[in-house]
Amino acid sequence: MESALTTGLDAVLGLSRGESFRIDIALSIAPGRTVALLGPNGAGKSTAVAALAGLLALDRGRIALAGTVLDDPEENVFAPPEARRVGVVFQDYLLFPHLTVIENVAFGLRSRGTGRQEALAVASEWLARLGLSEQTRKRPEALSGGQAQRVALARALATEPDLLLLDEPLAALDVTTRVELRHTLAQHLDTFSGPRLLITHDPTEAFLLADEICVIEGGSITQTGAPDDIRLRPRSPYVADLAGANLVTGHASHGLVDAGGHLLHIVGTEVSGPVLATIRPAAISVHKRQPEGSPRNAWPTTIDLIEHLGERVRLRVGDPLPLAVEITEESSRELQLVRGSVIWVSVKATEIGVEPYAGSHIG
Amino acid sequence: MTGLAADRKRPGRRPLPALIVLAGLGLALFVIPLLGLLGRVPWRDLPELLSSDLVSDALRLSLVTSLTATGVSAVLGVPLAWMIARVEFPGRALVRGIVTLPLVLPPVVGGAALLFALGRRGVIGEPLNEATGLLLPFSTWGVVVATTFVAMPFLVITLEGALRSLDARYEGAAATLGASRWTVMRRVTLPMIGPSLVAGLVLTWARALGEFGATITFAGNLQGRTQTLPLAVFVALESDRDTAVAISLLMVVVSLAVLIALRERWWRAL
Repeated sequence: MESALTTGLDAVLGLSRGESFRIDIALSIAPGRTVALLGPNGAGKSTAVAALAGLLALDRGRIALAGTVLDDPEENVFAPPEARRVGVVFQDYLLFPHLTVIENVAFGLRSRGTGRQEALAVASEWLARLGLSEQTRKRPEALSGGQAQRVALARALATEPDLLLLDEPLAALDVTTRVELRHTLAQHLDTFSGPRLLITHDPTEAFLLADEICVIEGGSITQTGAPDDIRLRPRSPYVADLAGANLVTGHASHGLVDAGGHLLHIVGTEVSGPVLATIRPAAISVHKRQPEGSPRNAWPTTIDLIEHLGERVRLRVGDPLPLAVEITEESSRELQLVRGSVIWVSVKATEIGVEPYAGSHIG
Repeated sequence: MTGLAADRKRPGRRPLPALIVLAGLGLALFVIPLLGLLGRVPWRDLPELLSSDLVSDALRLSLVTSLTATGVSAVLGVPLAWMIARVEFPGRALVRGIVTLPLVLPPVVGGAALLFALGRRGVIGEPLNEATGLLLPFSTWGVVVATTFVAMPFLVITLEGALRSLDARYEGAAATLGASRWTVMRRVTLPMIGPSLVAGLVLTWARALGEFGATITFAGNLQGRTQTLPLAVFVALESDRDTAVAISLLMVVVSLAVLIALRERWWRAL
């Protein structure tokens, strides 16, 4: 308790709703770190947000933020949302429709007693910082999804909170905008020096934005670790599915991605520079010897690990490109795979997703 | 299934003749009395009739009492709608029933009930009179009370609906930004239900302006003190038909002006 966490978030959240719904999770986030709470809908993510923001009171547990206890049912402590310094970027943003963009951003400061002129001045600075100077006088309905997201972020940050909560910040956007905004969001997150909690059901989002991932299933955390940890060592079929995609960082040029010396052929030559390549484990084929018809992405490698997950078998292959591979139990038997076997793997160029990437979260 | 239903619907696009006839009759019910009124208007004497003492007293009184009743309704009705819509308490359904009762109750019954409660000998009226000397019946304040009794339910039910359909997450968002509950109400909830609030207030005011039964029963019919426009029409019908018609025309014009002012976008808020 008295460690570095006294300035961060230290929370044990316990809530029950009737017989059927129960959530019990522990979260510790140091200042400057982003933790992702990753799980499917109905896993209790929104409940966690509401409890941290003070919109729901805990039944069990304790929330301490920046050295102050905000909620502790045993000690009869409960700080209402307006007394907490928790900035929230809500799912679908919840920008006040009757206020202009700048009034939305100034709302928090005004509510905390800052004078109108000063609040508007600070809001205007935030909007400029997020590239929204053109939008200040608009109503939220006139904004694009991406602009609305940045306004929501500005509104949350303008109050200088002790904790930043992002509840599915990209879910309301279409796919193209999502990819774009993930990068801007990553940059803006870095400017906030407090602890940050990202709530998401999208593994890619978690991997790209978080320093640490907590996987939540059915109200409990089933696995916690660095993104690579979760990705490479999923502890349950669910996590394997959720976090299963192989994410490979590399450098693209002329239809090739150089991933630490190993070259991957990709579709299209227009992408160049640092990229993130995504390969689904099930999209990788396994062969006993060099495959015929010579697919362009095929190379020999060794099996580091074999995991049997019911009907499916998950392999970890090693150098030159560590990847998770998923095949059926049947083909695993046919190929007589054991740990240490030398095999060939292949993947079609069309199965490799590539997007520009400038972040630093993935090592 | 859906294809069949759609096919069956198609001939229905041309309304049935019977429907047109009945709808026309319905419309006639509203149009004919208006025409009857317009046909009787003594257009030439209108300025003179409308500037008589009877009319100007009644007009002034009607404006003062209806606006005051609307103000009282706002001050008391907004919290009442809030409680019914947002706070769970035992007997909430009963409270909602009681509040909406004046909508269906004959106003004259409401006026009689007010008289029994607040009259000189009433359960509350008597001690109130002894303590403060205040006597509501047959006073202008009595008109306000009777009018508020009849008109405030319009505001309450309009607002209750609006508060129920408002996404409460906006209020949560405001709270996380540091807004106190009072600030949330003032800067988020009320502005967001603004259209309904305006519509409810205008309806309340229009109902207050037209109030007759409860007023005449509880407050009587004293020119300059409790005789509002509808009461003046009632009196004038007995003695001076032209004046009655002139006042009626005035009220039709005012009501139409309200409807036009509300426009479609306000109505949608209901």
